[in-house]
Amino acid sequence: MTQPFIAMQDLARRFPAPDGGSTTVFEQFWLGIERGEFVCIIGHSGCGKTTVLNILAGLDQSSAGAILMEGKPVDGPSLDRAVVFQSHALMPWMSVEENVAFAVSSRWPKLKHAEALKHAHKYIAMVGLAGAEKKKPAQLSGGMKQRVGIARALSIEPKMLLMDEPFSALDALTRGTLQDEVLRIRAGSDLTVFMITHDVDEAILLADRIVLMTNGPNARVAEVLVNTLPKDRQRETLHEQPDYYPIRNHLLDFLVRRSKNFVPPAGYDPRKPPHVTAGKAGGIVDAAD
Amino acid sequence: MKMSFRLRAAVLSVALLVAMLATWQVATMGSGTAADMDPEYAKLMGLTATQGKSAMPGPLDVGKILWKHLADPFYVKGPNDQGIGIQLAYSIGRVALGFFLAVIVAVPLGFLIGLSPLFRQALDPFIQVMRPVSPLAWMPLALYTIKDSGISSIFVIFICSVWPMLTNTAFAVANVRKEWLNVARTLEVSTLRRIFRVILPAAAPTILTGMRISISIAWLVIVAAEMLVGGTGIGYFVWNEWNNLSIANVINAILFIGVIGMALDQLLGWVTRLVTYPE
Repeated sequence: MTQPFIAMQDLARRFPAPDGGSTTVFEQFWLGIERGEFVCIIGHSGCGKTTVLNILAGLDQSSAGAILMEGKPVDGPSLDRAVVFQSHALMPWMSVEENVAFAVSSRWPKLKHAEALKHAHKYIAMVGLAGAEKKKPAQLSGGMKQRVGIARALSIEPKMLLMDEPFSALDALTRGTLQDEVLRIRAGSDLTVFMITHDVDEAILLADRIVLMTNGPNARVAEVLVNTLPKDRQRETLHEQPDYYPIRNHLLDFLVRRSKNFVPPAGYDPRKPPHVTAGKAGGIVDAAD
Repeated sequence: MKMSFRLRAAVLSVALLVAMLATWQVATMGSGTAADMDPEYAKLMGLTATQGKSAMPGPLDVGKILWKHLADPFYVKGPNDQGIGIQLAYSIGRVALGFFLAVIVAVPLGFLIGLSPLFRQALDPFIQVMRPVSPLAWMPLALYTIKDSGISSIFVIFICSVWPMLTNTAFAVANVRKEWLNVARTLEVSTLRRIFRVILPAAAPTILTGMRISISIAWLVIVAAEMLVGGTGIGYFVWNEWNNLSIANVINAILFIGVIGMALDQLLGWVTRLVTYPE
């Protein structure tokens, strides 16, 4: 078995409980991500999605297990893995271009300021904010701020993009345009993306695979849904795809019913969570290897 | 006609001022010559008794002296008679020097405390005990060790300026938003760059607020300190004029102290606005 691009092996996160024992948020978390893949993770609040992402980002430590990226252990933050934060996390005292250039010159410290700005402008234009370079974040709308957050993450040309519910604070219309933006930017690049979302449609539109987590505590990966919709799917025509509703119903059914009292099916192996499809070709498919 | 809010406030201010001055004038005016008084006794008692003139100067007396000060603020007629501008300059100079020494010590130390929970815990008892001490209580110790009254008063200013800056800096640094620090971490930003590009600008408004409190306290303390050490400065001027029984000069000094104190506060307020960021 060849090593995937990202290998999350037996991750667990435990907190000391008041009674002296410990509370396990999630455990036995195994997941491999291939280069260029877009993986979404869905689950209810408290299942540890954000913790998984933070451990992958290097911002948090796992209580057990390890993550390998290209065979090398992940033991801290890295410029190879850029994070788009839920709350955009722009520095309010810096203008748009300074925010992005700050990331650029962190990546390439030898770059002159003017060159860093030029590089930053390229990515600001990429997210459709050309002309707003000199503005301060406070002058931007929520959607524009998150665009800057995406530009900042992309500007360091990472191998992997980590997004923690990046659009959850936005209104539906803005969210839609930003999802299109992400689709457009990712087409023609082999960027690997790991994204947390609460939005089922967002996951169906963007993800190649959708990881379903049971409720915490003691959360785990219940199964991984393989998205069988065509690669060139569009937001406008998503609902016309024959597999769309079966996939959507499968996800909702999991979130509403099965996530609460998930019973591992016969032969369930946390090392290889079952990969399933919904729709015409519904059923359990073989694990990713 | 509807006046703007600012104009109405200004009109009210002027009206209050006029009312205050008028009351003051009436209250200190003479009540006329006392008729049936033994001339010998009257001579002994002076104007207060003979014409009912109050020992308290009226606004016109104060105004006259104010005009004199403003006309020639920087004269020097020997060590005990110098213009009020020179006295104020001495005080401002001492406050500035003590204040900047405090900045040099308090801001880096505040960063250390803010960044290191160990230092925070270790230094906390010292700060808690030292902070409530009146800065003037340090004066004898300063005079004994430094042996120079001028430098001692600068030291006292330093001591009283340090605490608000120190506690505000430490608080601001310790409470920089986690997400900004996480951005810096994911970008693998070096410690120095993190301090100067992320923590310092994030903490600057709170640090400046501490400085603004410091300079206000320093300006309060300098008057008392100069009364103690004497020689020069507006505090010495006040005490000197009290010994001369020149209440008009004391009132003038109060006015000047107020105006300069306001100017210092406004200056720091202006700098605070420069580093404040809207979110």
